Amino acid sequence: MSAAVIDVRNLQTHIVTRWGTIKAVDGVSFALREAETLGLVGESGSGKSMTCLSIVRLVPRPAARIVGGQVRLDGDDLLAKTDTEMQQIRGRRVAMILQDPMSSLNPVFSIGMQMREPLAMYHGLRGGAVRARAAELLASVRIPSPEARLRAFPHQLSGGMRQRVVGAMAIAGPPRVLIADEPTTSLDLTIQAQYLGLLKELQVRHRFAMVFVTHNLGIVARTCDRVAVMYAGRVVEIGPVRRLFTAPSHPYTQALLASIPRFGVRQARLTAIAGQPPDLATLPAGCAFAPRCPHALDRCVTEAPPETAVGPAHTTRCWLNVPA
Amino acid sequence: MSRPDSVPGNGRPLLEVTDLTKHFNVRRGMLGRSTGLVRAVDSISFGLEAGTTLGLVGESGCGKTTTSKLILGLERPTAGAIHFGGRDVLAHDREARRDYRRSVQAVFQDPFASLDPRMRVATIVAEPLVINAEMDVSTRHRRVAELLDLVGLPERAATLYPHEFSGGQRQRIAIARALALSPRLVVLDEPVSALDVSIRAQILNLLTDLQTRLGVSYLFIAHDLAAVAHMSHTIAVMYLGKIVEYGDAETVALAPKHPYTRALFAAALPIDLDAPRDDVTVTGEVPSPLNPPSGCRFHTRCPFVMPHCVTEEPALRIEAGRQVACHLYGSTP
Repeated sequence: MSAAVIDVRNLQTHIVTRWGTIKAVDGVSFALREAETLGLVGESGSGKSMTCLSIVRLVPRPAARIVGGQVRLDGDDLLAKTDTEMQQIRGRRVAMILQDPMSSLNPVFSIGMQMREPLAMYHGLRGGAVRARAAELLASVRIPSPEARLRAFPHQLSGGMRQRVVGAMAIAGPPRVLIADEPTTSLDLTIQAQYLGLLKELQVRHRFAMVFVTHNLGIVARTCDRVAVMYAGRVVEIGPVRRLFTAPSHPYTQALLASIPRFGVRQARLTAIAGQPPDLATLPAGCAFAPRCPHALDRCVTEAPPETAVGPAHTTRCWLNVPA
Repeated sequence: MSRPDSVPGNGRPLLEVTDLTKHFNVRRGMLGRSTGLVRAVDSISFGLEAGTTLGLVGESGCGKTTTSKLILGLERPTAGAIHFGGRDVLAHDREARRDYRRSVQAVFQDPFASLDPRMRVATIVAEPLVINAEMDVSTRHRRVAELLDLVGLPERAATLYPHEFSGGQRQRIAIARALALSPRLVVLDEPVSALDVSIRAQILNLLTDLQTRLGVSYLFIAHDLAAVAHMSHTIAVMYLGKIVEYGDAETVALAPKHPYTRALFAAALPIDLDAPRDDVTVTGEVPSPLNPPSGCRFHTRCPFVMPHCVTEEPALRIEAGRQVACHLYGSTP
């Protein structure tokens, strides 16, 4: 994996709360090559977003702290950088698109004003060059009449257009890694389809590696090369999309895929997953999914399962797959 | 897919909506002068049989929520009629209106917003009974226990507060409250989209079981088209205040005819990697409902647009076992 653009190894982020220390990210590892997309799926609280924030070192301090691991960007360990160095990396070599474009855009500045700041600071552009570059970026995310849009304020744009503006700012670098955290969750279906197409197009042009956080497995099926399934801070299964969807190995992945309604499949009832999502403050010593798992063994409750290979580039954390 | 155990209707549907229309005035300035008209719902008609589910789909601004508000009696329609159990619910008959309000209940998207954090679960679930049913305290207690059991919550839940429950359990409380007065129709407005993926199937199954046991009808509004197709017996697709396609759930979901329905279901991204996909995609965004396009409202985004689509509004016509409003299908029944 020497060609990895981003290589996350054993990343650990803890949050200190009144009820004790929560292992929000507990030993997450993955690597991505150029133009490769990893889908990061899991329910709320599984650590998807915290993993992303840890990569760019924006975890809410002081409560949350990255306590271990490495995040190598083209070989450089981001966790060893100073805060000033990180400022030069964020928005340039690693960019982010968040779920709600209104929270990424400042409502009181025009689009042009907001795009000017990073272009001037990171790329040293001045005057007319800034304006031209900003318009060019807006055009590259297929915003009609980009020159006019520079004068618009965020509230004058639709949700889909706002998210395109955020996309335009993200690719200004152009970045080596793009982290997209639920970028289409607030968009309508046909607009979502347009945006996913746009992200793919930008990836083909700029060849960035993409970490795509979502809870929508349909999006993963269509846009990702590989997928990592997270549960209670751990990656319980990671592998190529096709393998993971057709031959899921971890009981949680199996249950998740089985619980989703499918077109053209007649079912009187869905196969639901029993129980509730785990409480991170009171996790069992062993596998966090054990209390909900239909195949749980005695060992699952007491001992955490190791990462086991079950196929090419496909690993899982489940005692059922550990050879005796 | 649409459930095979559909309950046969008794001829006339439980809910009958005819040419329902709701226009909102847009007022600007200090004098509140009317500067425009939003045709949020524009002459739509549909029926809902007892014990069945109608799925209402479409993107934001299409009029789904306004439709549900009109049916819940939270908005007065500009024109059109709503009949429930054969009775006109818009008529000024107080008794009939009160009956109707008891018979139609709602479950909303966010169980964190729809439950009062300072009320115990027993009080929340009992509130409709206190207001609408003459019941003594012990009967009410029994009814609350029965309702909690019905939605799969333990009896001790009654003494707890909403914050002590997870999202899925809170939605169960909201469902118990909605069922308190034994309604015949429940409007489900995005009932699972705020819940974790692993919990959604539990709640959808609960709703299915309740329908089988109680014979209640659902108006199911959701963005997740696979969930709508799974829950519904019939589906109505809305675009800018109009129904563009309406019919049997399986027919509409698996073989959509209207270009908008085709694009919508093509964008729904199934998890089956090899599922055949319609390649209809639409460009642009939904136009403003303040100034909807002439003719067919979808013509500005339609990949199959023809000259007369711009001038002539298509009517709903029967085509291949469902109703479609599109000039591509010209034949009359």
